[in-house]
Amino acid sequence: MDLALKDLGEYVAGQLPEDVSEWTLDLDELTVFVRAEGIVRVLSFLRDDVNCRFKQLMDICGVDYPERSPRFEVVYNLLSLTNNNRIRVKVRTAEDTPVPTVTGIFSSANWWEREAWDLFGIYFTDHPDLRRILTDYGFEGHPLRKDFPLTGYVEIRYDDEKKRVVYEPVKLTQEFRSFDFLSPWEGVQPLLPGDEKAEEIPEPAEAEDAEAGEDAASAGEDG
Amino acid sequence: MGVTPSSDSYDPAALAPGPSQDALLRQMTGELQDKGFVIANLDKLVNWARSGSLWPMTFGLACCAVEMIHAYMSRYDLDRFGVVPRPSPRQADVIIVAGTLTNKMAPAFRKVYDQMAEPRYVISMGSCANGGGYYHYSYSVVRGCDRVVPVDVYVPGCPPTAEALIYGILQLQKKINRTGTLWR
Repeated sequence: MDLALKDLGEYVAGQLPEDVSEWTLDLDELTVFVRAEGIVRVLSFLRDDVNCRFKQLMDICGVDYPERSPRFEVVYNLLSLTNNNRIRVKVRTAEDTPVPTVTGIFSSANWWEREAWDLFGIYFTDHPDLRRILTDYGFEGHPLRKDFPLTGYVEIRYDDEKKRVVYEPVKLTQEFRSFDFLSPWEGVQPLLPGDEKAEEIPEPAEAEDAEAGEDAASAGEDG
Repeated sequence: MGVTPSSDSYDPAALAPGPSQDALLRQMTGELQDKGFVIANLDKLVNWARSGSLWPMTFGLACCAVEMIHAYMSRYDLDRFGVVPRPSPRQADVIIVAGTLTNKMAPAFRKVYDQMAEPRYVISMGSCANGGGYYHYSYSVVRGCDRVVPVDVYVPGCPPTAEALIYGILQLQKKINRTGTLWR
């Protein structure tokens, strides 16, 4: 499995040297990084080549890395039932650089590209119907971007005088709070929240003493 | 249905099945055969009819809808209470908001509510419909369906059990029975 994927990665990179910028094999999953202008070529190759046969596009999604310079990644997950293989194709892009649409190769890409456009603002050129798909009619902004505020900008209310639902700026009676929950899976933290308010207690010295005592006791048992 | 005109304070809902109810029913039947009519308190008759056939508009929005379906199905069988789901707001008396009401859904929900004939009631089912719940701080969710329509009964829970929903419906029946239709 591992070797087959490695061979596949080398094969794809060798066949399309000017489109594939790099490829990695992590956790038995093959990821191919592609330049945006070559995505159509790469996906048609992966679909039609005898050694690839990635006939199904499982998903297209966007990722936002605000600290990177082309901040977005578009991820294409493909499945080959013939070879029982999966491959992940990634394209790096920014807000103002479009990605060519792949609806001509996989018709299922249509709504996923609309979704990526809606939630991230990634623009796909030559898309037959690039509209918003999930958010409200007349929604502004792209809510899955990291710089989009959680609560958004507008909220909804029925206006009894206008006899219709109206949009108003968000007014929260209580701000969103991030609690410092102690996860039972991560173990007890050395400093509990609120401990900084308490008096300084010389815990470490006592702990060391206790350990030393235990050591001595265990040594005694051993002896 | 007060049969005896003299007892105005008589409450038929309080009369449980048993010998006393049988006696009342015999008396009423006798009166019908004797005079050909019975006299009833119209207020109570109307409330009895309203609370006895609460037809809800099916309005399942999220996972609460599954619990609502449980309440309709054979185990809990809301049909016993005269609660029969309707596919059209024109035929419905009550709308059970079962699930998360999103901003995109809110105008459609209000339209459905406006299409219902008076008297109409609203049961808000679950945390999301009550106050946004888990999605209270979301950019796309209405923080409580009472921002869009007036709510009669709130059923808490995430999701509420079928029993809780039935309890909510019984509370709504109680509320209807308390309401005066003529004197208000």
